[in-house]
Amino acid sequence: VLLERDKRGVGRTDIISTVEFNHTGELLATGDKGGRVVIFQQEIENKSQPQFRSEYNVYSTFQSHEPEFDYLKSLEIEEKINKIRWLPQKNAAQFLLSTNDKTIKLWKISERDKRPEGYNLKEEDGRYKDPNTIMSLRVPVLIPMDLMVEASPRRVFANAHTYHINSISVNSDNETYLSADDLRINLWHLEITDRSFNIVDIKPANMEELTEVITAAEFHPHQCNTFVYSSSKGTIRLCDMRASALCDKHSKLFEEPEDPSNRSFFSEIISSISDVKFSHNGRYMMTRDYLSVKIWDLNMENRPVETYQVHEYLRSKLCSLYENDCIFDKFECCWNGNDSVVMTGSYNNFFRMFDRGQRRDVTLEASRENSKPMQVLKPRKVCAGGKRKKDEISVDSLDFNKKILHTAWHPQDNIIAVATTNNLYIFQDKVN
Amino acid sequence: MEVNAEARRILAVSISKLYASRTQRGGLRLHRSLLLSLVMRSARDIYHSSRESECQSSEERMDTSSDPEEGQQQPGMPEPQTTLISSEPAQEEPDSADEECEITEDKENLSPTRQSRKRRGKASAAPDFLPIKRARLEPGEERYAAPPSCCRSGAGDSLIALSLNRVIPPPNIHTAYECLHKPHR
Repeated sequence: VLLERDKRGVGRTDIISTVEFNHTGELLATGDKGGRVVIFQQEIENKSQPQFRSEYNVYSTFQSHEPEFDYLKSLEIEEKINKIRWLPQKNAAQFLLSTNDKTIKLWKISERDKRPEGYNLKEEDGRYKDPNTIMSLRVPVLIPMDLMVEASPRRVFANAHTYHINSISVNSDNETYLSADDLRINLWHLEITDRSFNIVDIKPANMEELTEVITAAEFHPHQCNTFVYSSSKGTIRLCDMRASALCDKHSKLFEEPEDPSNRSFFSEIISSISDVKFSHNGRYMMTRDYLSVKIWDLNMENRPVETYQVHEYLRSKLCSLYENDCIFDKFECCWNGNDSVVMTGSYNNFFRMFDRGQRRDVTLEASRENSKPMQVLKPRKVCAGGKRKKDEISVDSLDFNKKILHTAWHPQDNIIAVATTNNLYIFQDKVN
Repeated sequence: MEVNAEARRILAVSISKLYASRTQRGGLRLHRSLLLSLVMRSARDIYHSSRESECQSSEERMDTSSDPEEGQQQPGMPEPQTTLISSEPAQEEPDSADEECEITEDKENLSPTRQSRKRRGKASAAPDFLPIKRARLEPGEERYAAPPSCCRSGAGDSLIALSLNRVIPPPNIHTAYECLHKPHR
């Protein structure tokens, strides 16, 4: 996959914590550690020309969450946006859900390009007229104005999670969504904020018996009764909400037996699943653990159908990665529009793409220094050991502070958004 | 033993991570705490089993007359710490590890000084070595003695003992611990 680079370095000071395209791909939302959401809009320069370049420009910026303080527990609640999920568009406005550790908010993003003028009781600047001076009556008219994009919070879904929210997922029924924390999953109705249904609860009666936590959850893209959740033990459970009100009993359990030859102090940490995503066609799901990406067929529970090694050269470095905390990094993964390619991030600002059909994979880098705008990205290679070839990078010179945790793929086109620590890069396929 | 040394190092690193996580913004992260405790448990198990094999090999080297001091040389380090650490969830009873060493000591016909092996059962009372109710140390002050429940000996253990004794717990440890264990209404 050759890519032409369309750099969209935003240079924000805050760390990007989530990236998500909307259902048409026209809008791209990012959330950051400071609780802000920035939405980019695609502007297609010239559709009639065969080689069009689409640019994403800032469309709206708003403060979604603020830091809060839980007085009962003496704990600060971070404003960092953990996830953003778009709702399918129903009218002129756009809606998205954004969540921090404790509270989910539904935001309405609407455009205003007209304003009323000619009020009877008010001056143009808003001051009220003296009623005695009004001699005539007129109807205010709408006149065009510069486009203004407004974001307003329409719902606040609070106080339903004791632990830290890691996922939200909108149901295909367009009425409900789920939110998952470490031990529980709740089902909400988009219109109702004062209550939610608890559908999964894995909290043991005695917390000392806790052995696993929920790490991610997602609704099936078409079946509104089905969702999956992944665990820190490397298992995925598929649940059917028709079976019972509380989905503690899974319908399917996806688990691959551990390879005993790979056992180490850190086996449990690296098998923890950091992300789970259904394919667009709903037949597969992908999981990301520390070293690999696995594709599961929903009809086969005992092992994945495909496994891709993201950075196997790190297996011998797990102890150092534990010491510098990198082993706890939670990488996300994503599918392309037709489920033929999957993508995930790595270190040194590298990201990886795996072409399932052609059995090819590529490592690319998102950085300003190593490529210029409009330049085709050069594949990169990491040398695991032995003789380092020219242009290869040795494992020891990888920068583990430069990590790509969040990536997103346009739902239809070959346009990808890749978030490094502070910058967002948008790449697209070269059109000849 | 290299594995032993690595296990000890991993334990030390894990403890410092655990303490660091208690002061970070956003409160204790359950997932991270769980993973930390799993690593610590693996390291502790490796450490115990390697110490046990050390005990056994030193037993072979010894004469038939048992040395009463031998019994003092216990792998005292991991036990109170693991329970300390397991104020986070995912705690395994340390008794299984104790039993291994107990068998060794029984062979030597000793009555070792045991640490308090109070089971941390259903009553979620704070463990007696969790320094919640201790006086805060003033800068420069030192604790005059290790608490009686913790038998520490051996130079190798002092590093970890040090990290436990010197750390001044931030005020919200107790609260965080309680909130993890209280039944939620």
